[in-house]
Amino acid sequence: MSPRKKKTKWERIDGREWNELRPIRIESGVLPNADGSAYIEMGRNKIIAGVFGPKEMHPKHLAKPHMAVLRCRYHMAPFSVDPRRSPAPSRRDNEISMVMRYALEPAIFLERYPRSSIDVYTEVLQADGGTRCACINAATVALVDAGIPMRDLVAACAAGKIDGRLILDLGDYEDKKGQADVPLAYMPKLDKVTLLQMDGTLSTEEMEECVGLAIEGCKQIYEMQREALKKKYGIEKEEP
Amino acid sequence: MSSRYGIIPRLKRKKIQETLATGKRMDGRGLGDYREISIRTGIIEKAEGSAEVYLGETRVLVGIKIGVGAPFEDTPDEGVLVCNAEFVPVASPAFEPGPPDEKSIELARVVDRGLRSAEVVDFSKLCIIPGKKVYVVHVDLYILNHAGNLIDASAVAALAALRGAMKPVYKIEDDEAVLTEKKEPLKVRKLPVAVTIAKIGESFVVDPSADEEEVMDARLTVTVDDDGNICTLQKSGSEGLTLDEIKKAINIAVEKAPEIRAKITGSE
Amino acid sequence: MSAHFENRDLVIPGDILYEGRIRTGDNTYRAQGKVCATRIGLVEYGRGIVSVIALEAGYNPLVGDLVIGKVVDIDLGFWVVDIDAPAAAILNVPDAIDAPFRPDLVMPDILDVGDTIVAKVVDLDRRRTPILSILGRDLGKVEEGFIIRITPSKIPRLIGKKGSMVNMILKETGCRIVIGQNGRILIHGRTRKQEEIVVNVVDKIEREAHTSGLTNRIQEYIKSLKEEPN
Repeated sequence: MSPRKKKTKWERIDGREWNELRPIRIESGVLPNADGSAYIEMGRNKIIAGVFGPKEMHPKHLAKPHMAVLRCRYHMAPFSVDPRRSPAPSRRDNEISMVMRYALEPAIFLERYPRSSIDVYTEVLQADGGTRCACINAATVALVDAGIPMRDLVAACAAGKIDGRLILDLGDYEDKKGQADVPLAYMPKLDKVTLLQMDGTLSTEEMEECVGLAIEGCKQIYEMQREALKKKYGIEKEEP
Repeated sequence: MSSRYGIIPRLKRKKIQETLATGKRMDGRGLGDYREISIRTGIIEKAEGSAEVYLGETRVLVGIKIGVGAPFEDTPDEGVLVCNAEFVPVASPAFEPGPPDEKSIELARVVDRGLRSAEVVDFSKLCIIPGKKVYVVHVDLYILNHAGNLIDASAVAALAALRGAMKPVYKIEDDEAVLTEKKEPLKVRKLPVAVTIAKIGESFVVDPSADEEEVMDARLTVTVDDDGNICTLQKSGSEGLTLDEIKKAINIAVEKAPEIRAKITGSE
Repeated sequence: MSAHFENRDLVIPGDILYEGRIRTGDNTYRAQGKVCATRIGLVEYGRGIVSVIALEAGYNPLVGDLVIGKVVDIDLGFWVVDIDAPAAAILNVPDAIDAPFRPDLVMPDILDVGDTIVAKVVDLDRRRTPILSILGRDLGKVEEGFIIRITPSKIPRLIGKKGSMVNMILKETGCRIVIGQNGRILIHGRTRKQEEIVVNVVDKIEREAHTSGLTNRIQEYIKSLKEEPN
């Protein structure tokens, strides 16, 4: 990453460095009724994720004979944004649900559970920009917590551009006022990008730089996901 | 396929009835005991008011959003309160994504009737321009974990959230409502508390757990205001209740309500 | 050729456990010459094999498993039984009454929707649907007791080496316990106190399944619970 972005007195709205993530807190195993669950705070985003399955697929005709079907739901609470939004799923919710599925599918051994379904539900309790990435981060931890066999974890964050500068992990204001937003999900051990979207305008060089920047962010988030998963078994180290 | 969750597990029913006959419940509570209630407010900064309530493992998040809209035609100088409940699919394997089903509509309506009948807020003070602009208060109940007795938990959460809610102040310029920077409390006047009683076999229990709700014969929710008056009744379940049983349930509710109300007032 | 962790270290899906030639055991997979974990759990390096003892895993039915299930549907000649597996299980009439199906058979009189059964997995059919049987000692409809559930991956810990843990609990509490490999446990004691002790003990085992010296600690724990007044 080039250091040229740092030299002037330019500042981000929340005082972060250009390549700095928002504060992140992840907790696993927060919902007693789900097979696996996680809660994430990423900046002011507050998201809860629950996983159910693998279980018998209903309705049956949607089942696939050779693999499990991953069903994802992205949903926002009516009070998560200003002004209130209707609880009915929007076109945006449906699209994000789909890209979430594409982001997570490559990490899961779906072929081990033919004719069954694995349901991943994410609920945005408060939105603050970059909710789809935060949802993917929480969903991954919930999938591991559910004991679903996986190839790798999936970490996600966005990079983008505001005031002509490239930045990591856009907040709500930067998302709305910026010139570009590139949400990206990444499997660190397998070195594969599983979600890549972009809106705005970037040169090809900037685009490449954004992807690199987002991947660096994902690697940091990956470490936090690991810690969250290990924390649930924290007593492990102290026992004789 | 929610029908699979409608099947009454006979073994569970037998065990719960046997245990109740000894004056105890499966989780060790007495018949008239509530589970632990904990309340946290102000957790959704983007909402005008919010509260998260744990009733045992039942977990409800309530967000209050206050906007402006047209009044109802029959009450042109009163504000509007709208209650909505979402059974979020993370809360239970029996909940499925989709439009609200009859149970979530019942929940929203029972809580709504409690708030409205007791007049928790002075609706005439929620008028900005009579006949044109009034405050619209949205109370959204978000069920995050279903471990039984959603009505009582939701009613507590709604009240706790409303108590802490701040409404934006409007000033009137040329007969138009203009938003100012100022905010003021919504002012909650009453605390109507819902108490749910389940009838299982011959026993009456308060605050039924998910297992108890699965096997109960009938349920009665009684909402009691600060003066001990009843403001809402809702009978549910496919068994009937005798007049004596109804009286008994109401007495239990009136006795229990102040204890729950104290939890709400002690939450700040 | 090297191990990347110590024995019994906590590993997470995607963690590289070993590079080089080695057999892949439970909850591992091979990619580009490396053996990686597929589940969160404790890594075990054995003789020429590396595996992960899963801390979280759903139930995967195997022939011979004892399971506890709930009848959820009745069809012509078979019952559908929910056993918390990726697919619902089937109990055919001959595996329930040791006689062939006859059209005049009133199936709900034998087993009705909502009944709980203790059964054995006797087969997995071509579509990997578990086939159950309730013919045999201690199998069949459950008339007494109640069911609690734990993560199926922790069932081996509850049973212990050659049944050491469950036998100890049995001896200390006198409570009847039937453990289903699918994570459902049937408890039936003579007193409510006995049952409450077992529920607490199972809960503690589930929480501490990944720690060592558990059997002794559980024994102490039962003693302390027994001394508590009601």
